Amino acid sequence: MFNQLALLGAWGIGNLRELGRSGMMLFQVVVARPNIRKGFPLVVQQVYSEGVLSLLIIVVSSLFIGMVLALQGYHTLAKFGATQELGPLVALSVTRELGPVVAAILFAGRAGSAMTAEIALMKATEQLESMEMMAVDPVIRVIAPRFWGGVISLPLLTMIFNITAIYGAYLVGVQWLGLDNGVFWSNMQSSVTFSTDVMNGIIKSVVFGVAVIWIAVAQGYYAVPTSAGIASATTRSVVYASLVILGLDFILTAMMIGGW
Amino acid sequence: MDENLVEISKMSFQHESGKIVFQDVDIAIPRGKVTAIMGPSGTGKTTLLRLIGGQLAPTSGQIQVEQQVIHHLSHHELYQIRKRMGMLFQTGGLFTHLNVYENVAFPLREHTRLSEPMIRTLVLMKLQMVGLRGARDLMPSELSGGMARRVALARAIVLDPALIMYDEPFAGQDPISMGVLMKLIRTMNDSLKLTSVIVSHDVQEALSISDYAYIISNKQIIGHGTPQSILENTSPQLQQFIQGLPDGPVPFDYPAVPLAEDFLGEGLNV
Repeated sequence: MFNQLALLGAWGIGNLRELGRSGMMLFQVVVARPNIRKGFPLVVQQVYSEGVLSLLIIVVSSLFIGMVLALQGYHTLAKFGATQELGPLVALSVTRELGPVVAAILFAGRAGSAMTAEIALMKATEQLESMEMMAVDPVIRVIAPRFWGGVISLPLLTMIFNITAIYGAYLVGVQWLGLDNGVFWSNMQSSVTFSTDVMNGIIKSVVFGVAVIWIAVAQGYYAVPTSAGIASATTRSVVYASLVILGLDFILTAMMIGGW
Repeated sequence: MDENLVEISKMSFQHESGKIVFQDVDIAIPRGKVTAIMGPSGTGKTTLLRLIGGQLAPTSGQIQVEQQVIHHLSHHELYQIRKRMGMLFQTGGLFTHLNVYENVAFPLREHTRLSEPMIRTLVLMKLQMVGLRGARDLMPSELSGGMARRVALARAIVLDPALIMYDEPFAGQDPISMGVLMKLIRTMNDSLKLTSVIVSHDVQEALSISDYAYIISNKQIIGHGTPQSILENTSPQLQQFIQGLPDGPVPFDYPAVPLAEDFLGEGLNV
């Protein structure tokens, strides 16, 4: 009994310690004095590898999500004779929820896992340590550009996700199922507001971006430098990030729902 | 100018796990010399280099590098002093996404604002010293283990440090690479007026190029002196290590319950 209690305590302390040092790392990244000359090209490089290289998966999946949403929505709305509401249905679900959440989960799987594996492997091959001994702080040189690259990329990817998903719904609803073009767009325009619906979705994606990248870099940086350690860090990175995204989404939605 | 570049006094170090690695260790690394630190695997030789480099802090005692207590320095001061240190890691620690040239140029690009032609000259000079000027466009994955260490060596000296530390430079090297590395360590130390610390368990190789040697075993220094005096020392602990005897003060058997208990005791259920 006491042993189990002690184990629970040790587990709790271990987790808190991990959270604490990850928090310290995030703090260091955020308060670090920006060095435009050296830092800017590194951030641009990361926006490319985290953002541009994630474009394909974001565009393809959002197109299909929009198409499925339109197909399902059209047939359900048709039962009530309300197919003209397809535009608002798709646009609101995508901008408020599906866009930020699905884009963030895909981002965690595509860019977050790669980042964790890369940083952990740099640690295992003594690259981070040798950087430290060359008087170059790895938190500033390796972690910070990846962090800012991700924080910039995810909201942009979410916007692209929203646009492609709505276009996918247009293809199915208007082009295939024959809904009137004007009705589809004008109803959407009249019921979606930029300041609440679209912007709140973007705010969510910024929060998710910080969470996903923080988890990814911390898991990589504190990974056990062995093959098994890197494998479990990469898995944890994706699992934790997905769960945190869904949890945060509920909290953020609860905070925003008054405005909707 | 003080004679010793690094002075370690009454230093003890304990890992977070509670394992004691060093107890009251005194080491002095003389300026301009090659000092070998030897000992069986697992005695904390690499930990010692990390302590000198300020990556770890001793539990008690102090470590001075250029008269500065390294573990009392601020983050900024520590990074300043590290610019005067070079360290060669066991695996080389080359950045896998950069080619040989860019790897060597990395510290210059980070710490100086030299023009591109100047960087090129410096990088090629250092690569020439390790004999790899022709390999500048290769990626680290295309290098052999010995070549990777030579590139890492060129990178470690590109900022002209005062101190260079080698972590097991000979481990896993073929005889030719080993000979090349030995020659490089010695000639570089003398021609660039460096101070070198070699951590190694390759006794003959390390002793043949060093001016002074320390042997660490079981948390303490068990012997130190010039290579000749180490070889002539009659202490059984030293002789076991130098001659590679399987049994002696360092036992062959890992501590275990008596043999009879395992084979004839109650645990035997046949």
